[in-house]
Amino acid sequence: MWAIISILVENKTGILFKVTNLFRSRNFNIDSISVGVTENPAYSRMTITTNSDEKQVAQIVKQLDKMIDTVEVKQLDEHKTVYRELCLFMIKLSNANDSMEVNKIATAYGGKVHDVKKESLMVELTATPHQIQAFEELIKPFGIIDVARTGVAALQRSGS
Amino acid sequence: MAIDLINKMETMTGAKALMTAMEKEGVKQVFGIPGGANLPMYDEFARCNIRHILARHEQSATHMADGFGRVSRKPGVCFATSGPGATNILTGLATAQADSSPIVAVTGQVPVAMIGKDAFQESDIIGMSNPVVKYAFQPRQASEVPEAVRKGFYIARTGRPGPVLIDIPKDVQQAEAEMEFPDEFKIQGYHPWADPDIVACERAIDMLLNSEKPIILAGGGTIISSAFAELQSIAETLMLPVVTTFKGKGAFPENHPLSLGPIGMHGHAEANKMMTEADCVLAIGTRFSDRSVGTFEAFEKRLKIIHLDVDPAEIGKNQTAQVAVVGDVKASLRIMIKLLLKRAVKKTEETPWVKHVKETKAYWKENLKIHPGEMGAAKILRKLRELLPHKSIITTEVGQHQMWASLFYDVIQPGTFFSSTGLGTMGWGFPASIGAKVARPDVPVVDIAGDGSFAMTENSLATAVLEDIPVIVFILNNFTLGMVAQWQRTFYDRRMIGVDQKHCPDYVKLAESYGAQGIRAQSMDELDKAIKTALSSDVATVIDIPIDPEEDVLPFVAPGTPLADMVLPS
Repeated sequence: MWAIISILVENKTGILFKVTNLFRSRNFNIDSISVGVTENPAYSRMTITTNSDEKQVAQIVKQLDKMIDTVEVKQLDEHKTVYRELCLFMIKLSNANDSMEVNKIATAYGGKVHDVKKESLMVELTATPHQIQAFEELIKPFGIIDVARTGVAALQRSGS
Repeated sequence: MAIDLINKMETMTGAKALMTAMEKEGVKQVFGIPGGANLPMYDEFARCNIRHILARHEQSATHMADGFGRVSRKPGVCFATSGPGATNILTGLATAQADSSPIVAVTGQVPVAMIGKDAFQESDIIGMSNPVVKYAFQPRQASEVPEAVRKGFYIARTGRPGPVLIDIPKDVQQAEAEMEFPDEFKIQGYHPWADPDIVACERAIDMLLNSEKPIILAGGGTIISSAFAELQSIAETLMLPVVTTFKGKGAFPENHPLSLGPIGMHGHAEANKMMTEADCVLAIGTRFSDRSVGTFEAFEKRLKIIHLDVDPAEIGKNQTAQVAVVGDVKASLRIMIKLLLKRAVKKTEETPWVKHVKETKAYWKENLKIHPGEMGAAKILRKLRELLPHKSIITTEVGQHQMWASLFYDVIQPGTFFSSTGLGTMGWGFPASIGAKVARPDVPVVDIAGDGSFAMTENSLATAVLEDIPVIVFILNNFTLGMVAQWQRTFYDRRMIGVDQKHCPDYVKLAESYGAQGIRAQSMDELDKAIKTALSSDVATVIDIPIDPEEDVLPFVAPGTPLADMVLPS
């Protein structure tokens, strides 16, 4: 199963190392990770997505919770959560029509176009990993020169 | 007023603050070795009431602290310098982590400005120790030292105990600061004890009462929590046979009619048999390690599992429990006992299951084949048991002798048997026995050893002699790395590689060269005399007992096979 785990940690040096070291030493998998300071500078929020079976996800949450530097660890229900990832694609343009085609696809996915050159353009896309994957499939035929992804950031909807 | 005085701000160095804070934690001694980066803290021994006990290797210092911690249930403290001193403690930290033992290790570090510059004797001990400590501190300013000590001791001894590292750069030890020694402190992300869920306790009782063949599996957590009286009360009230894990050995008196002894790879035949036949297990403070349960799948398939543990992450990690109670196991058992009283559950009569258990136990007491020679392991360890007072503390090394101790040395007084069961650290037992003796100078402390294991930390004899810590080392000497030799005989067609110790050294002479007493025992008469001499001596004694190098430890459950496939001596 694909799971989103949200971890509130004390904003101190070495915590990211401890969290990722826990995943490595216990043979857990990290699909994506994003980290940023919260409104209170004493804390950071890490969002980790993982592909593991249900039993292992439960173990991951418990082991993270056991860590003394973690303040709150939650597995988020994706249906009650807003989760997004920012992604930058550098896409190859081979002929005059490509630019228009890529623009059309990007617009359909709510993407923004940057750095338009004769032979390439960049698309910025903020979407769910699933949508990003669908977008990637569509633009693959044009040729993807480079990709940079931030990893998922997620927050539970209020009242859930 | 008094509190105001205690809390009064005082200007002092980081090193002085470390010792002052440790005195406030009740530390009476430190096991360690000095070096360049921890000299400022060592200098403070001249000005405080803490005793320093010099080890001969930092790993041994950590095991001494570990032995002290397990016996006293207070964190044992060890000191090491930076670089190699710090890396030498890693095995000791990992051992304490695997067995949930409270220790606080304090290492010197290169000065703050040198960190990350590959300085002389610099090692990234914070990074290296991460997977094997419960928590680590590296105060970067002298004023942070008191709080690190206060929190470190609290973390080490509470909840599921474990090792804590405090790594102090040399300039932080030397710097002066206004020190505040906090009584109150908060660790936001640390919740050492949960309140046991009463509804879950009710369900646990229902499940036990509705089972035909219930059994108790007591793990090391029972000993850490000293839930001995509670365990005995619930076992006797519900007439539950008790098996233990190896770490839980001696959580329950092994001469009790309901005691079956440890299960596992080298478990007692009757314990493994009954564990295999049971239909419901009350598992107390155990992680269901592979060495205890054989194969995980076969174990949980047959059984309804009730799991009591202080660590929520243990629930469902290795085995799926039908009922789980998170909390200190002593508190959880007390709730269960109260609920039994409330329900007016009377002492259960002897059920057909208990009758069968007792018959099985009697059968194996009578019929388990042991080594026929005069100096077989079983006879040697039964002799030791016969001559040692019940209150004596046993530590063991790791190997065949350890498993023979599990099989043939009955622990009568709960909580008097300690071993490196999780990590299986050869060389642990002797320094741990020194720490144990420091915690309990009033009782005999015996390290049941093998020659291979003892060789790894034998230089702790210097500590035992010079610091006047008279422990007894009881070596079952087969002149080989016996457990490896047994596996080579069993699984590698008798190709014996790298196991022959070739009668080197002579342990009697070795002991004498350190100023300890060395006695060789080659017959039961000599052994009898040797043990009596050792018990009446006030100097550390090594008893060297030559045994048959071909003797195997049996019963044996091969790795990756279920307990039911136990191989018995033929």
